[in-house]
Parts: sequence; C-alpha cells; structure tokens
Amino acid sequence: MAFIELSNVSLQYGKGTVALKQTDLKIENAEFLSLVGPSGCGKSTILKLVAGLLKPTSGAVIVGGREVGLIGSSPIQTSTRIGMAFQNPTLLPWLSIRDNIMIPLKIIQPFRAQFSDKKNTAFKDKAEALLAKVGLNGFGDKRPWQLSGGMLQRASLCRALIHEPQLLLLDEPFGALDQFTREELWDIMQSLWIDTKPTVLLVTHDLREAAYLSTRICVMSSRPGRILADSAVPFARPRTVEQSYSADFAELVQELRMCISHARDDQATLKELNAA
Amino acid sequence: MNISQKWRQHLLTVLVIVGFFALWQLLCASLNVSDLILPKPTQIAFILWKKMPLLWPHTLQTLYTTVVGFAAGVLVGVFIGLLIGSSKLAYDVAYPLLVGFSSIPKVAVVPIFVVWFGSGTIPAILTSAVICIFPVVVNVATGLASTEPELEDVFRVLGASKLDILWNVGMPRTLPFLFASLKIAITLSFVGTVLSETVAANKGIGNVMMIASGNFDVPLVFAGLFILAIMGILLYATSSYFEIKMTGWNNRKNDFSLG
Repeated sequence: MAFIELSNVSLQYGKGTVALKQTDLKIENAEFLSLVGPSGCGKSTILKLVAGLLKPTSGAVIVGGREVGLIGSSPIQTSTRIGMAFQNPTLLPWLSIRDNIMIPLKIIQPFRAQFSDKKNTAFKDKAEALLAKVGLNGFGDKRPWQLSGGMLQRASLCRALIHEPQLLLLDEPFGALDQFTREELWDIMQSLWIDTKPTVLLVTHDLREAAYLSTRICVMSSRPGRILADSAVPFARPRTVEQSYSADFAELVQELRMCISHARDDQATLKELNAA
Repeated sequence: MNISQKWRQHLLTVLVIVGFFALWQLLCASLNVSDLILPKPTQIAFILWKKMPLLWPHTLQTLYTTVVGFAAGVLVGVFIGLLIGSSKLAYDVAYPLLVGFSSIPKVAVVPIFVVWFGSGTIPAILTSAVICIFPVVVNVATGLASTEPELEDVFRVLGASKLDILWNVGMPRTLPFLFASLKIAITLSFVGTVLSETVAANKGIGNVMMIASGNFDVPLVFAGLFILAIMGILLYATSSYFEIKMTGWNNRKNDFSLG
C-alpha cells in the first residue's frame, strides 16, 4: 500500500472556488515528489490536505495507512511524523532561533516527554548541529527579525527536520528568495534528504528546482486542479548545479513547460468557445 | 551616545514636571487665587509633610485595596478573556452580556456591595476589581482572536492540541494586548477604590478627601489627590517594567536605544 494516497479527492472552498477535482495520487515511501504547475492550480491545497490542515469535500486522504482529517480537532489523526516548511518562514518572534527550531521537540512524543530534561543538552546539541548544517552557525541566540529572508527559510527547514519526520511537506519554501540563495538551499536540501531519506512532497512553480531535487514530478493544471502528467526524473544523485544547466536537464524542463503550456492553451480555447 | 540620550530624556521629563508645578505656583500667586479654589503646590507640599503621619495609614489602606482589587480583576479578566478569545462561539455570544454588565456605572454598584458585604474594605476591593475586568477581557480576547493563523499552522501540522496552541502561541501573542489593558486597568482600579471609600468607608484616601472637602479643607483634598497620583504612577511603572521584560519583542522600534 502506498505511503500517501489521495483517492478521488475533491475540495471546494465554501460555495466558491473548486480547488481540486476528483484527484488521485499515490506516493511511495522515500519518494521525492514535486508538484509543479501555474499559480492557483491546487498544489498547495494537496499539500495542506496531506498535512491535515484541510478536510476534503469528498474522497479520502490516507497517510501512513490512516485517514487524515483536521489535526487536533478530530480523533482521526495520522501517526506519521510530519515536518512542514511554508512559503513564509513564520518563526515566533518572541523566541530565539534555536528555541524556534526546537518547537517540534516540545510538542511531539516521544521527544515531548524528555523535553524538560534534554532541552539544554541533547536537544540543544541537535538544534545546533542542524543550524550548522544549513550554515546558520552561531545564530541560535538571535531573534527572527535579525535574520534575512534566506536565513529565516533555512531556520524554517531546520524546524521542519529536527524531529526526524517521515514525511516532509514543502510549500514553495524557496519562492521568495534570489537565485543564488535558492541554489545554495537546493544543495542543502539535497544533502539533508540523502542523510535521512524522508518522503518529500515539494510544491514549486520553478521547473528547474523540481527537476533538480525530485525523483518524480507531477504537473498540475489550473482551477479546477487536475494532474496532467506524472514523470520520473532519471538523473542520478547527488546532482550538482552545473548539471542542472546540461542538455538533458534542459530537455526535461522543456517537456514540462510544454505540458503546462498546452494545458493553458486548451483552457484558453475552451473559454473562447464557451464565450462564443 | 545612548547613555547621554537616556539622561537627556530623564532630564526633560523632570523639567516638564517641575515646569508644570512652577507654572501652577506662578499662576496662583500672580492671579491671587483663593486657597479654597486652587491651593498652591507649596501649600500642598506643606500639608503633606505636616499631616503625613495621619495620612499614612489611609494611604496604605487605599494602596492595599487597590492592589488586591486590581490583581483580582486582572486574573478574572484574563481567565474570561482566554475563554472568549479561544472559542468563536463564546466570542460571538458573550459580548452583549459583558457589555451590559460593564455599562452599569460603578457608583450604582457600590451600595449593593455594601448591602451584601458591609461597608469598608470588601466593597472597595470588589469595586476596584469589577471596574477593571472589562478592559482586560476585551484586550485578551482581541489579542487571541487576532493571532495569525499561520503561526498556529506550524503547531497544527505537528498534531498539537488546542491547549498546546493556546499556551505556545496564543498567550505570548496576546501579552502585549494584555499589558496595554493593564495601563487602563490600573487607573480604573484607583477610581473604583476611591469611589467606594467615598461612599461607604471610614478608612482610605477617598474617605479622607470626602471629609476634607466637607470641611472646606481644600489643600488636604489636593494632598489626597497627590497621593493617589503618586500611587498610580508607582503601579504603572511596575507594570511597565514587566511589560518591557516580557514583550520587548513587540516594540522593536525602541530596540536601538536599548542596544
């Protein structure tokens, strides 16, 4: 059985926007799946459904063998440990960076029970090690407003990883960053993944990013969201940024672009026909 | 540079206060204002100095009832505020009742407290408490209700319970709102105490002032006002100290001056 499964899932926001229409998706353990597509095609919606932040209007979302509803307000909860990084780092301004990234250890069992004992020893070392890995050595005592956007996103990634999650959900985490910082973070992301191999679901509108990081790419279309194409990424790991400018890489990216472009053309034609 | 800026600020504050009293003294002296209308600051100071042994127990009484009433009011206010702010249902349903209660002038409430508990300390504490509940409730509830959902999402994904989220996100987020309401609550709680002492007590500054004004001893009335003002400032300063310690993260514009 697949690790994550969306089974005929639809989501409608209130009586208005249909974000997803009868979507099926299966994700295996240790896969790195990227969801790409234009803005508003439902990629973040799928992520939030898997995270349990949203409930589907119809259909079922199954994670780790259990159905997922709204976490915290329903007895049906996933037992999978999930780490999530959002487009906005949203670190708590009243805590230091280190205290911020230790938050999952405060909440999730089995770490929670040991938190008061280990927070100044083992857990603190864990946090420092992660900070060092992403290049934020020595910033543990700083406050969020003292860090730049790129640094905050790195801290946000640390927070998503500190509790050794089995599932990592990334919602356009590098969207607001410049090209250089983004490429740096891709490498960091890749090395972090090679270390622990969690299942990763990455939502992005950057095709190069998707091709660089993932083992599998799903292309989605605009409202209502549907999965148009599903292809494996053949390149061996570890990949380098230089590789990402090579010919076969560019070919893959072009293919994906064409796919999205055709879908948009079809939609435009459909609109014209309906208007006529 | 930072230190001299701070000293300059302190100096300015002192100058403003001294200037205020100097102006007052000059106006009274030059316009020949009667003592029964507006006593001079020097006169008030004299009375304070002369009658301090008499006034001291009353000062303590007022301070005691105000602090106890304030603490009680804030605790109850925070509790109710947390309830209302955490539940959308409570938020929508409870406000009419709360507004109704808080619209009742406390002057009307004091006689009722006296009937229930006798005159003296208890009605003063109760009035002081009741009068400052509402601002605290409103601020705490507003602070909670306006917590950005994105902050909570981080916790929800981890499977945190509602109580976890309240403790880790809601309460720190609402502290600045709470401290803002404390500034109002402190002044209001003095109003409550003095009100009650004026109406139904034989101790306390409010009582002293009422008797003094009955005897047309206006300088003593003003001395009482002074004492109240100073107590208010002391409580305010205490609250301010804790505010800076606990919610420094919210007032970043001042961060440079603190280094």
